[in-house]
Amino acid sequence: MFANEEDILKQAEKWKHEGREVAIATVVETWGSAPRPVGSHLVIDGEGNFLGSVSGGCVEGAVVTEALEVIDEGSPRMLEFGVADETAWKVGLSCGGRIRVYLEPLD
Amino acid sequence: MKLDLLAAMNAERAARRACVLVSDLDSGEQRLVVEAALGEDPLAPLLLAQLRSGKSGMVESGGRRLFLTVQAPPIRLVITGAVHISQAMVPMARQLGLDAVIIDPRTAFATPERFPNVRLVPEWPDEALPRIGLDRYTAFVALTHDPKIDDPGLSAALRSDCFYIGALGSRKTHARRVERLTEAGFTPVDIGRIHAPIGLSIGAVSPAEIALAILAEVVASLRQGDGA
Repeated sequence: MFANEEDILKQAEKWKHEGREVAIATVVETWGSAPRPVGSHLVIDGEGNFLGSVSGGCVEGAVVTEALEVIDEGSPRMLEFGVADETAWKVGLSCGGRIRVYLEPLD
Repeated sequence: MKLDLLAAMNAERAARRACVLVSDLDSGEQRLVVEAALGEDPLAPLLLAQLRSGKSGMVESGGRRLFLTVQAPPIRLVITGAVHISQAMVPMARQLGLDAVIIDPRTAFATPERFPNVRLVPEWPDEALPRIGLDRYTAFVALTHDPKIDDPGLSAALRSDCFYIGALGSRKTHARRVERLTEAGFTPVDIGRIHAPIGLSIGAVSPAEIALAILAEVVASLRQGDGA
């Protein structure tokens, strides 16, 4: 287990040194009852392996899918998840909160 | 994020130094401000306020939306005295995210039975402290009432950048402590760093209440003081 956000970032650095492609997702804003606080990280490699958490499981799958695109394109993007937000995502937060996640490639 | 930025952040953390990563979310630009450079940064007030909160967060500056990733070393709580108050304090410290260490050369007190799941150092403070290291992210608390154990710990704390120093004892006990520390060469300004009587004034009676008062004072120093 990785006890804190810094351990996750250490692992991201290690993965990159091992030659893996890596993307870093960070919760930058939350509204209402969000499951993970601002500053929480999820790191994803080019194979879809991931560590950490941005929502305690609700939207990780979607973030991983987006991360693979971000790794391909090489540019960051902002993701938003919430119960009311049905246009972009079929996934949502069951707790009723809303989160914004900044997803960036490590290069 | 550039790999060298991430590597620099991780290196600062390993060295127990704070840093703030400033990300412009519109342009994607990022830069790392290390602890030593925080004060002179153009965004100093914003960065220092964010660091003091201990949390990452979004700020606005000059019409730009910036995300500040705060990385502060884990706060340590170094206690001399494997006593009743410290037994109550350890689980509370854990809840607060403080990394506790108990130092007491009296092996009858410093037992794993009395102190499960915490780093326990059954040595004299002057032996143990150089190895543990006291820095500006450390609070030092002296709880033995015994000058032979507390005084070497306090001397080491006063020579360090600890953000909090507290010592248990009545005003009378503290007056004698001040005399001893003065004889040892510490100035009134040095000695003034020691919180004594220790803890916020909440009329604490039981060991757990005293532990609560002390930890509340530690948190106040951390979040509102001049230190970390």
